[in-house]
Amino acid sequence: MSITLLLLAVIGAIAAWWLSQQRLMSKPWLEVGAIDDVRGTGASPVPAATVGLGVFLAVVVTLFALLISAYFMRMQTADWAQMPAPKLLWFNTGLLILSSVALQYAQVAARRGRMEDVAGGLVAGGLLALAFMAGQLLAWQQLNAEGYFLATNPANAFFYLLTGLHGLHLLGGLVALALTADKVWRGLEPGQVRLSVRLCAIYWHFLLALWIVLFTLLTPWVGDFATICRQLLT
Amino acid sequence: MVDTTIGAAGVIQPAEVKDVELYHPKSWVTKYVFCQDAKVIAIQYAITALGIGLVALVLSWLIRLQLAFPSSFSAIGPTDYLQFITMHGMIMVIYLLTALFLGGFGNYLIPLMVGARDMVFPYVNMLSYWVYLLAVLVLVASFFMPGGPTGAGWTLYPPQAILSGTPGQDWGIILMLASLILFIIGFTMGGLNYVVTVLQARTRGMTMMRLPLTVWGIFMATVLALLAFPALFVGCVMMLFDRILGTSFFMPAIVEMGQHLKYGGGSPLLFQHLFWFFGHPEVYIVALPAFGIVSDLISTHARKNIFGYRMMVWAIIVIGALSFLVWAHHMYVSGMNPYFGFYFATTTLVIAIPTAIKVYNWVLTLWRGDIHLTVPMLFALSFIVTFVNGGLTGLFLGNPVVDVPLSDTMFVVAHFHMVMGMAPIFVIFGAIYHWYPKVTGRMMNEALGQFHFWVSFLGAYAIYFPMHYLGLLGVPRRYFEMGDMAFIPQSATTLNIFITMAALTVGFAQMVFLFNLIWSLFWGKPAGSNPWRATTLEWQTPETPPGHGNWGKELPVVYRWAYDYSVPGAKEDFVPQNQPPTPRAA
Ligand code: HEM
Ligand SMILES: [Cu+2]
Repeated sequence: MSITLLLLAVIGAIAAWWLSQQRLMSKPWLEVGAIDDVRGTGASPVPAATVGLGVFLAVVVTLFALLISAYFMRMQTADWAQMPAPKLLWFNTGLLILSSVALQYAQVAARRGRMEDVAGGLVAGGLLALAFMAGQLLAWQQLNAEGYFLATNPANAFFYLLTGLHGLHLLGGLVALALTADKVWRGLEPGQVRLSVRLCAIYWHFLLALWIVLFTLLTPWVGDFATICRQLLT
Repeated sequence: MVDTTIGAAGVIQPAEVKDVELYHPKSWVTKYVFCQDAKVIAIQYAITALGIGLVALVLSWLIRLQLAFPSSFSAIGPTDYLQFITMHGMIMVIYLLTALFLGGFGNYLIPLMVGARDMVFPYVNMLSYWVYLLAVLVLVASFFMPGGPTGAGWTLYPPQAILSGTPGQDWGIILMLASLILFIIGFTMGGLNYVVTVLQARTRGMTMMRLPLTVWGIFMATVLALLAFPALFVGCVMMLFDRILGTSFFMPAIVEMGQHLKYGGGSPLLFQHLFWFFGHPEVYIVALPAFGIVSDLISTHARKNIFGYRMMVWAIIVIGALSFLVWAHHMYVSGMNPYFGFYFATTTLVIAIPTAIKVYNWVLTLWRGDIHLTVPMLFALSFIVTFVNGGLTGLFLGNPVVDVPLSDTMFVVAHFHMVMGMAPIFVIFGAIYHWYPKVTGRMMNEALGQFHFWVSFLGAYAIYFPMHYLGLLGVPRRYFEMGDMAFIPQSATTLNIFITMAALTVGFAQMVFLFNLIWSLFWGKPAGSNPWRATTLEWQTPETPPGHGNWGKELPVVYRWAYDYSVPGAKEDFVPQNQPPTPRAA
């Protein structure tokens, strides 16, 4: 649980920073505003949708932090046997990076108002993400073919669980991406799609970072490293 | 999105919202069924939660009947009993309390109290309700599956939760876990709305420190829920894997009826950590909205400003943060390193400090107030008493040495029913009596309300006070019947019969409440727009019930905090938040 607490501490620090901007020390009972003095509310100038995405990402971070905590706790039992990570995962990682790059490209294009390029970036990003998911499925299949079934070992179970949940999040992102692409299709102005494209790009970068963390954890040497650390500590 | 201007002091919301941005219902279906208006969603949430809560209430009667008259009902066998207690607990905690406070009151009050036209993501908000409804339906379906609902206890501890000895092993547990997963997904959609609406959609002049405490409580509870529910989500998904796909996340090697099961190596403790990492914040997810609402009820009905507003806000924040650091006090008997026990005991007891501050502030608010003993006020007062009561037994349980003998006895049952059962339910009742006039335009019947209050309040004590004593005797919880145990005297049986009578009486009072809810809808006294003469924005809407978009053409502007009651020199004994200050007389 220490990993979870650590990440919650980070989230807490962000919340504390935000709270410190909210004049918590003020004495509202003494402060009646004057008529013309319409004060700001302390809300951030960022659009609500961006704040919403930020809060959602905090939830997803907590979710995966808990899974990773569980992963490390379960790893300590004797029956743990790390399985080799399929080579294919490297290729898939490449696909996801390219997908992220494509969305970044779309975002920049949206800022500059080049709608053609936005459409291109979105489509390329979406297709690459789909390819990534197909690659992940293929990796599952390879593992199954080699006899690394879900239920044979907790290490395998975690592998399928973590990659599966990551994939589901990406799937959700694809829905948002499709909706955004649809807006571009219908010929909306750059101003009306800029935000959606930006949010998609942020979410994609987030999922990429998350995947890299998971990929690192799922490769065998992390298991060895964790064992060494534990031996050093005890 | 709304364009905001950034002034010298930060963001200023525009006064007028362009009409196109508001969602407009086009037909009956989009107005009352698939509606994106937070007020309608709130009512949908509330009705669904009360409906499923009624099921849990009936289950509690069956539980009590069995405890008072063991084995005299052929319809209640040991299996049924376990299923009843499990479903009762789970429904009450998750599907009633959490859904009603956040989905019900959150949806209704947040936009109105912060001066917004609606939640920021209305479509997602609507989805939230429908996913919640689906979760409830899946839960209800488990009653009708072969084998019935799960009887694993609301804590769903593995390995027993998914072994064949536990009722509902076939379908019950699967549907239970699926339903929880759905609930969490649905809640997250709603939760994003509540948080972001408070953060970004406050009207002009509404700083965080001018928010009514109700909003603060619901806001903080939502933050807790967003960060705590993932733990339950992870636990449920992993257990579902264990049950359906045969993994061993939680399942150790087990011999069942002479046969080795396919499981091995899993850690039941891991589940307990995940469950209580959610479970303890959950109690504050329920308690914080109650804290907030009670503060507003007391201030309004005692015609006095809340004492120590600033400290109340800080306490809510501190309690929220601390509640993530105490979860293992539910696991003292699971065995742990003594240093951990010490750590968790300390953090547990530290929470009592901000909580006590809140209680003092409520009492000081009442001090020399002009107290009107209306039904909402009575319920608010009963909350304080009951909550303190349950909090004190919590201090007992927070100490490992005291907890070990009391764990899994009726004492724990009494503790959490006082603090998390009765106390928040009283607030819910108080809040319904208080805001019903705004929602429907009519007052609820006062006499029926008084009857409802006194029977529920006195009845609750008749039920739970004796239960502490039973717990001290060592009567265990979750037992179908005691049989002839030497340490349980005859008087305990008599006491059990008494408790059951009290429980049935309180149950009857709830029927009176439901009758009142429906009766007043048609025949209640017309309420006018501000029957309690309250200051907060929801009472200042141009229409009652508030129309679509909440405010007429312009959003209200806030000039003061929410507690200007009995201000010296003011014309009335309350000054609404949106009333401009009078120019100083020359
Ligand atoms: C200072 C305040 C509190 C303290 C020190 C405290 C302490 C404890 C402890 C140590 C237990 C574990 C007992 C056992 O299983 O052996 C417990 C159980 C429980 N508490 Fe509290 N508590 C406090 C307040 C609350 C509040 C505010 C709520 C709800 C709003 C609450 C709800 C519960 C519930 C539901 C359980 C039982 C869970 C179960 O085993 O099914 N408690 N409390
Ligand atoms: Cu607790």
